[in-house]
Formats: sequence, C-alpha cells, structure tokens
Amino acid sequence: MAGLELLSDQGYRLDGRKATELRKVQARMGVFAQADGSAYLEQGNTKALAVVYGPHEMRGSRSRTLHDRAVINCQYSMATFSTAERKRRPHGDRKSTEMSLHLKQTFEAAVMTQLYPRSQIDIYVKILQSDGGNYSVCVNAATLAVIDAGIPMRDYVCACTVGFVDETPLADLCYAEESGGVSSLALALLPRGGQIALLQMDARLHQDHLETLIEAAMTACKGVSKVLDDVVRQHLQEVSMLTGE
Amino acid sequence: YKINDIAIRDTLTLACTLIVIMLKSKTFVKKTRSGKVMKIVREHYLRDDIWCGSEVCSECKQESGVLQKDACIESNLCSYPHYLIPDTNVVLHQIDVLEDPVIRNVIILQTVLQEVRHRSAPVYKRLKDMLHEKEKHFYTFTNEHHRETFIEREPGESANDRNDRAIRVAAKWYSQHLKTFASHEDGLKVVLLTNDQGNKQKAEESGLLVYKCEEYVKSLIANPELVDRLALSDDDKNEITSAKLLFPEHLPLSRIQAGIKSGCFLQGTFRASRDNYLEATVFVQGEGEDSTEVLIQGLQNLNRAVHQDVVAVQLLPRNEWVAPTSVVLQDEGIAKDDDDNEEEEEKAVTEAARRSTGKIVGIIKRNWRPFCGMLNVSQIKESTRHLFTPADRRIPRIRIETRQASTLAGQRIIVAIDGWPKGSRYPNGHFVRSLGGAGEKETEEEVLLLEHDVPHQAFSQAVLSFLPKMPWAITPEDMVMREDLRQLTVCSVDPPGCTDIDDALHCRDLENGNLEVGVHIADVSHFIRPGNALDKEAASRGTTVYLCGKRIDMVPALLSSDLCSLRSNVERLAFSCIWEMNHDAEILKTRFTKSVINSKASLTYAEAQMRIDDTAKNDDITKSLRGLNKLAKILKQKRIEKGALTLSSIEVRFHMDSETHDPIDLQTKELMETNSMVEEFMLLANISVAQKIYDEFSECALLRKHPAPPPSNYDILLKAAKSKDVEIYTDSAKALADSLDVAKVDGFPYFNTLLRILATRCMMQAVYFCSGMDSDFHHYGLASPIYTHFTSPIRRYADIIVHRLLAVAIGADSTYPELMDKHKQSALCNNLNYRHKMAQYAQRASVAFHTQLFFKSRGILNEDGYILFVKKNAIIVLIPKFGLEGTVFFDTKDKTIPKLVFDEEGPTLNVEQHTFRIFDKVKVTIRLDDSNIQHQKIRMALINPVIPGVSVPVPDVEPQAKKQKLDH
Repeated sequence: MAGLELLSDQGYRLDGRKATELRKVQARMGVFAQADGSAYLEQGNTKALAVVYGPHEMRGSRSRTLHDRAVINCQYSMATFSTAERKRRPHGDRKSTEMSLHLKQTFEAAVMTQLYPRSQIDIYVKILQSDGGNYSVCVNAATLAVIDAGIPMRDYVCACTVGFVDETPLADLCYAEESGGVSSLALALLPRGGQIALLQMDARLHQDHLETLIEAAMTACKGVSKVLDDVVRQHLQEVSMLTGE
Repeated sequence: YKINDIAIRDTLTLACTLIVIMLKSKTFVKKTRSGKVMKIVREHYLRDDIWCGSEVCSECKQESGVLQKDACIESNLCSYPHYLIPDTNVVLHQIDVLEDPVIRNVIILQTVLQEVRHRSAPVYKRLKDMLHEKEKHFYTFTNEHHRETFIEREPGESANDRNDRAIRVAAKWYSQHLKTFASHEDGLKVVLLTNDQGNKQKAEESGLLVYKCEEYVKSLIANPELVDRLALSDDDKNEITSAKLLFPEHLPLSRIQAGIKSGCFLQGTFRASRDNYLEATVFVQGEGEDSTEVLIQGLQNLNRAVHQDVVAVQLLPRNEWVAPTSVVLQDEGIAKDDDDNEEEEEKAVTEAARRSTGKIVGIIKRNWRPFCGMLNVSQIKESTRHLFTPADRRIPRIRIETRQASTLAGQRIIVAIDGWPKGSRYPNGHFVRSLGGAGEKETEEEVLLLEHDVPHQAFSQAVLSFLPKMPWAITPEDMVMREDLRQLTVCSVDPPGCTDIDDALHCRDLENGNLEVGVHIADVSHFIRPGNALDKEAASRGTTVYLCGKRIDMVPALLSSDLCSLRSNVERLAFSCIWEMNHDAEILKTRFTKSVINSKASLTYAEAQMRIDDTAKNDDITKSLRGLNKLAKILKQKRIEKGALTLSSIEVRFHMDSETHDPIDLQTKELMETNSMVEEFMLLANISVAQKIYDEFSECALLRKHPAPPPSNYDILLKAAKSKDVEIYTDSAKALADSLDVAKVDGFPYFNTLLRILATRCMMQAVYFCSGMDSDFHHYGLASPIYTHFTSPIRRYADIIVHRLLAVAIGADSTYPELMDKHKQSALCNNLNYRHKMAQYAQRASVAFHTQLFFKSRGILNEDGYILFVKKNAIIVLIPKFGLEGTVFFDTKDKTIPKLVFDEEGPTLNVEQHTFRIFDKVKVTIRLDDSNIQHQKIRMALINPVIPGVSVPVPDVEPQAKKQKLDH
C-alpha cells in the first residue's frame, strides 16, 4: 500500500495535530552550572541540549581573530543513541559539519557580536533524541542557552520546519513526515522585526507555493517565540526569587 | 503497537489555538526492508476538539452537521432515526450496498478508514468518493485522536481485536453522546453493523445496538432490491458448496514467497485462453527480454485462478508436459465431461509440441474487477441462485444469488466476484447493477467502455472543484507572461460538429517579404495545475475517447468545449508556435510563446476548402488560408521526399438519425486538401516542439516514437505484391513509400489502396516514451528523427505534459519535481500508451457495433469485396463500400467440409477446384448473426465465384430490406 497519509481529509496529521499546530515544546534553562549558559529543549520527541561558553579570549589559532567583533564557534553533534539505529559517528560527518555551519550563520545574524571584539563565543548543541526538525530544535535550544549566558542578542532566534502536503503547509514536521517525501523548508526568524536569519530548503517545490510556505513558517516561528519567551520569563522569576531571598 | 509512555495532561501553546491536549507516545517495532527490526516511537496527540458531526448536537462546536437530524431509512429492525457505523469488513465487502443512494447518514470511523486504506486501494477510493458526496451524509469521525474514544492495545490483544474494540468504544461514545440530546425514547441512535459473530456478541454485551449487515439490509422496507447487492459472506458460501472438494488448497503467502525464493515456484500473470476454458498460460516475467510462458491445463491445475491474477505456479515433471490444444471448448456447465476430454487430448500430443506445463499452487494477488455479462436464468423457477456468463470469454462463469432473475434476464449486468471456495465449481459473486437491455445502444456502449477499461464516470466533485470559477475572464495576471495576439487573423479548421477545438492557425506577410505562420494551441496547462485532483484524473484518463456519436472527455466539458476550445470571436488563452518562413516553406526562425488570441472564424474542412477555391473571396481569412495551403503543399512534398509514408486505412463515418441516433447510412470518410493542410502544420509544430524540449531537457522530454517494423513483418505484403508481379522494397521507409507509389496494376484501380492497407497492418505501434529512458527516437511513419504530441492538449494528456515542459523551457511557467523525474514520467508514458491502445480498441469496437446495428436494419446485403488475407480454412474479405472486413469460413460445423489445400508460399487456398488468391474479387452476402446475443457478429458467405457445396445462392435482397424499413 502507498505510504502514510500525511494529512487526512478531516485535516489531521499522523500524530493528531492540525496543519498549523506545533508539537509540544518544553524547555529548561540553566541546566549545567559549570558552563556560562545552558538549556535543554524538547519539541515533541526531538530533544536537544545546548551549552554556551564565552565570550572569552580566542583559543587555538589566533589568526581567526576578528578585530571588530566576536567569532562564533558552533558544534553540532548527535548522541549515538539519538536515532532508531545506533549512530556510528556522533559528529564530524558531513551532515553535522553542514549543520554546524548553518547554526553559526544563524547566530552570527542574531548575536550582537560587535560588542565583543577579538573574542570568541562557543555554542555546543547535542541532539539527544531525534524525531524530525533537528535544526530548528537546535536553534531554539541554543537561543535559550545564549540568553542564559547573558550574551546580548537582537531578538530571540526561533526556528521551525514547514512541509508542503496537498497544497497545505504543515508546521513543525516530525520524522515520519520528513521522511514521507514532503518538500520541507527550515526557517530561522527574528520574530519582532520579522527578519529571516536563515532559510534552507533542499527539496523541489513549485515556485508559486514558496510564498505561502514561508508565510506559514514565519507564523510557526512566532508561535515558538511565544513559548521561548514564557520559558525565559519563568526562569528569570525563579532565579530572582532565589537571589531575592 | 504498544503504548508505554503515560499521559501528561497539559496546556499547550500552539501556533494559533489553545487546546487541552493529552500527549501519548506510541512505540512499535517494524521490520525494515533489509530485515532488521527497528523500534519506532511516534507521538500521538489526543484532542478535545473533534466534533461528532450531527445536526442535533449542541455541545460540539462544529459549523454545520453532516449527519442529518431525521436520519430515516425505513427498516423493520430500527423504527427510530439512526446513524450507521459499519466495521471494516462490512465496508470492504459490502461497498456496493453502501454506495446505494438509500444508505445515508453513516459514520465512518478513522480506524475503519485506515484499515480499508491498508487493505484495498479501490475500495478506499470508492469510500473517499462517498465521503465527499454531500447527499450521502457520510461523516468521518477521527476516533483515534479523540480523547474519549482512543484506546490502547492491551497485552496479548491482536491488532484486529484492538481495532474491533476501538470501533465498539467509538460506537458506545456516540450512543451516549447522542442520548443527551434525545428528547424522548425514539430519539437518535447509532447502529453498529458487523458480520463478525464475536464482535457482535461483545457489542451486545456492552449495550450497543448491533446488527449483521445482511439482517439490516433485509429489514429495509422500501428497498428490497438491495439484498441482491450483498456480497456473500462466509456462512452463505458454505451453504452453496457441496461437501466434495473440487480444488486443491491454495498455499499461504509465506510458503509461496519461500518457494519463489528457492526457485520451486514461479510468479507470473495468469492469462486464460479465449477459446478453451480448460487451458491457460502464465506469463512469467524474467530478467530483461527473458520471459517465459507456462502452460496450465485442466480444472484442477488451473485451481481457481481468474484471468489477470498474479499467481504462483509449480512446474510439472517433464513427462507430464503437454502441448496446447487447438480445440475450442466452451464451458457449458457440465462438469462431468471434463475429465474425458483431457485424456483424449493427451494421446494426440507429439513430443515436439510439448511445452513447459505447470499447476497453480497459490494466488499472490487477485485482480478481480466488476465484470459485464448476462445472466443464465436457472431452470428451476424458484431458485435464487443463477449462473452469470461474463462477456469476456476468459472469465469463468460466476454464481450469484438474486431474486430478480426474471427482470434481469435479457439485460446486461455487472457482477463482482466475492470469492472462490475450494469446494465450488464456480466463483461466488454478487449483482452490482444493471446496465440495461442487451443489444440496446446505450447498454452496449457502456459495456464496451467497461470492457476496455475506459474511465467514463462523471467527474467527481473533487475534480470539478479545480475548475475555474464562472464567469471566467482574462485577468491582468494572466497577461503577464503572454503575448497579445488578439489582432491577428487567426482561424480554426476542424471536422463538422467539433466542439473541442484545440488548434487554430494564421499566416500573414511580413514586411521583409517572408511569411509568418502561427499555430495556436489551447493553453490547457494554464487551467490544469500539476498535482491537483483535476490533473490526476486527466492523467489517469490519458485521452478523450471518441465513439460513434459519443465522446468520453478527458477533462470536464467546461474546459474541453468552452474555456479551452478556441472558438471564434472569443478571447482564449493559447500556446503559440510561430515561424518565420520564406516562400519555399523553409523555416528561418522559430518562436514559442504563451499568448491570447481571438479566433476570427471556426471553419469546417469543407468551408475552408470552398473559401480557398472561391476566387471571388479576398478577405483576410481567405488570404491567410491560401497562404497556409500553399506552404502546406510544399511541406508535404518535402516530407514525402524524405520518405514519410502515406498509408491508408478505410475510416467509416455513420450518418446518424438525428432523433434516435441510430446509424442510417455508412460512408467512408473523404479527405480534402484542407485536411492535409491542417495536418502538415500540426506535424511541423510537433516536430519543432519536440526538438525544443529535447534540447532543453535531454533526460525528461516526453516524446513519441514509431519504431521501424522488423523485416519479417513485411512477408505478407511482399508475397501479396509478388502475386501481381509488383516489387515492393522495404529496406527503408523511403524505399517503401516510393515503391508503393509506383505499384499499379492495369484494370485494377483499387489495387494500390489494398496494398497500402496491407502495409498499414505491417507497422508497429507508435508509443510515448521518456527521452532519458530510451535511445531510439526515430518516427518511422513520419520519417522524422524526433517527434512528440503538442497540438491536442484538450484530448491527450501527453500534450499537457509537453506544454508544461515547453512552458518551463521558455520561462513562462515553473517546474515541479514529477516533471523532471524520468522514472515517474516513464510510468506515466506506460499508462498513456495503455489508455491510447484501449481507446483505439474501444473505438473499433464501437464502429463494429454500429456496423452491426446498420446491418440489422438492412437485413441481408450482397456486396463486392476483395480478398485481403488467405488463411488455412478461411478467406478474409474487405468490402470497400463499408470499410468492413469479414471472414468467410469454409469449414463450418454443420456442413460437410470441402477439400481444402492451403499453400503458404502463395499464399493460396484451393477449395474444391477453385483457387483463392490475395486481391481476388469476390461477391459475398452479409448478414447479422445474432444467435449469441452477447457476441453478435457479421457473417459473410460466398456468392461468387460459385463453388458447389460452398457458395450460397444469391439471396433475394431488396424486398426484405424494404420491409425492414417499413417496420421502423
């Protein structure tokens, strides 16, 4: 029988969500004490841990130093137990390298690097469990970690994947949807100004649909930003209660 | 699957709504293709915002209920208004009943829908169509995601049991949900339909209203005829079958697979023999060209396989191999004689003729479809079981149960097979619907459409929803990528009565002395966007089918006869191919563009011809036509010089009675200069477009090729020509064309036409293909190195694809993944080739049927004809007047067989003392043989030459024909 029915006539997806609904997002900030900033974020069954060090002096080769702003160094990796089949190589493969680069580009657009010339900010993200939307979950987790580290940013960077099925954009794809032959697009947004930090799509899509798809992705990202904002405010409240007493 | 993570109830912020949702996680193991076992974890959200879909309900916040308030089907069992909930097996087996307009207000649970999807694609499609139909009031309830109706699979519970329980839980929820709105006792209720005894009992225990499907359908007061549509369930089958087991058991699928892997079984498609019901072949597809056929003989070995099934065969030991029989055996229903026949045959087998023989051990996939045919009413008057004889001789007879045998006798009906138990001589089936009286025009047309697999249902709502909204007008957005050619003197030339005009032409002088010629094709791809339901339907239909006096459209009439039809004096979107040519018809420049045109006239071939010939006329249209005609003649000349073939086949046209639509006269189509004028430019456009799309997309251009026939195909033509001392050269298309041109015999003017008809029979089929999958592009008949179809997008789907490719090539439209995928396109080509072939067969069958109608009203006719082929026991005669071909047999059953000597070299046939050769002129009498109402035939008998004992005396024709006419 033909593959899975990704969107039923009644408008429900495989897992019971409607087209525009996101997966359940849960997050915690400040999970590690030793790092400068850290966060743990779950988006459905995709779970990621982000850790931030810095800004600190350049380590390693000094030649990469930039004199007007900070260098952002990102490393993406996946836990060996994060997928259904055990992963052989947790990082350093082509996919991870590409993902690291994408993260770097995203955060260079969001972090106010010009405040820290000749220094370096390290962002490490690890996928603990993978169920689709790895890039977006990493971005969202890393945003929280950067905020936790107290590094100024222009805005939250929120990311979300969107797929296109039966003329309908589906927000926040899970793995079954991603692997079901859907043309998907990942978008990282600075929601307040509506600037796009990164847009990535490597599937084929009719040009006419691109606009609706980006529109849907932006709406989804704004949804994510609301959740992140709540998490940050709650975290601040907790911290201020502790320090206030 | 198993659910192991337990729920966390939480409030979630979602992109737009705030809903209380429970979250569950489904875990299950799945076997991957390589055989590894993988654990898959999926989220499963349960919601509170899934509504019940009833008009009565005030609690659910639905916009409008699908299920009606007064859901009344008159029934003995349920006197109250009720909704039906069928379980999966009821939907799968009784879809014919559910499709009846009487059955309304049905709740289809998601569990059921998913199971149906999994188990039968055709039934799923029919179910979906019903769900879309507003009058049916079918509602899908997403019970698997509803918080109160979702259930987990318990340890030790099978998937089927869980689904049955899920259905019961949902039914229970509905009955309680609706109870709160019922004002009194006889308020709305839900009725669960199931055929499973265990399920029924459990449902009754939990206080549900539950009936077996049969019980329920039989209780319907107003519609007793629905009972016939019930598929036989297992219990009923047992009644019918005798205790004796007629057939060996089929092996289970797992053992078949193991057997195929180890090589003891072969997998193939079962092809029943048309002439002998005890014989069949299984076509085993091997690697590449290496395919074999396995012979199957005898009822036991055939083991209940039906034509087109995918089966597993086991080869018999070599000493049991047999040769195919040449006897015609038709199943007359007397099972006893079968064994004797077989033994007789075996003795006669010579060693050399033996072929690999096998027996069917199991069925891998049934390919049953509903079959057309007629009922053989049982001799016993009260009996409700009857045999049904399908029109297709390769399908066995089917036993059905009906109470309306007397009304169905003499009608063409459709029957579906339900199963074939091993103790039953015939498969069991059920009546689906009646097509009408046998021999009636509408009925027979329907039959031939069904038998040729021509999709001819009305377009579904989903398809129609993608049509442009009326009133339609060209908007400024449409104009962005288009050239405005409205001022040009464009006109169309078509056969009379044509409403789907897809091409128009223009020709004008340019200032530099050259000519500008434009071919404008309806821009269908503007209206049919890739991937939507309309596009999918058109792709599946593949082509418009033209029958005599009827047209089965590929796209809805709004497009085919209105918006896409390039009628005169209306603005229409077009795809134009514009050439600059000099007066020697050499192309100097080619340009493609999307455009808007306004045709100035839609002419018939005859009208256009009259304008060209009428020297008094000198308006723009006429001038344009003359220019086109002049260029077309040069183009044709060039084409012929290159070796294009002009072959002939006689096409007939029926003059229809305007009221009864019965054929009153028959005429062979005549061709005018203007026919070939339009044709020339269409060919030119097709070739230009083919070149362009191939240049642009060398991997995925959709092209059309016509392979050169293998030399052996020409044998018959060469022999025939030699018999009249004419040499035909077949080394190349050019040689063939030239030698056909000079082939003339004095005093026999029709010889050349006959020769061309024979040559046509030697040709191969032209086919669509994807350029990335093939290397030979040559079109033999047109002598063109590359060719495609561009000019008829209204009636051919291939043209729509070509339009899309060309639009992308010139940057007028965007592309989509399927268009660039050569494998997908190759699959599409296969479907298109199949549909074209079937459409052609259907067309021929329609002509044959109308010829029969014509001869029915004419009685017996005597006509002159020519011998086209000479066979071992017959000659095939062509009657040029009617374009009709018929066989004169010399070994009819009831007569003594004359002395026949066949010489293959000639080929000649000696009958007594007369020798028949190809091209001999004979006189025959033609009449309609309607002794077998399902297979009416035109019979021919010889009058002249007179051979005693063979030819028949000249029948008295005229008075009979007149009397026939008076009757009408």
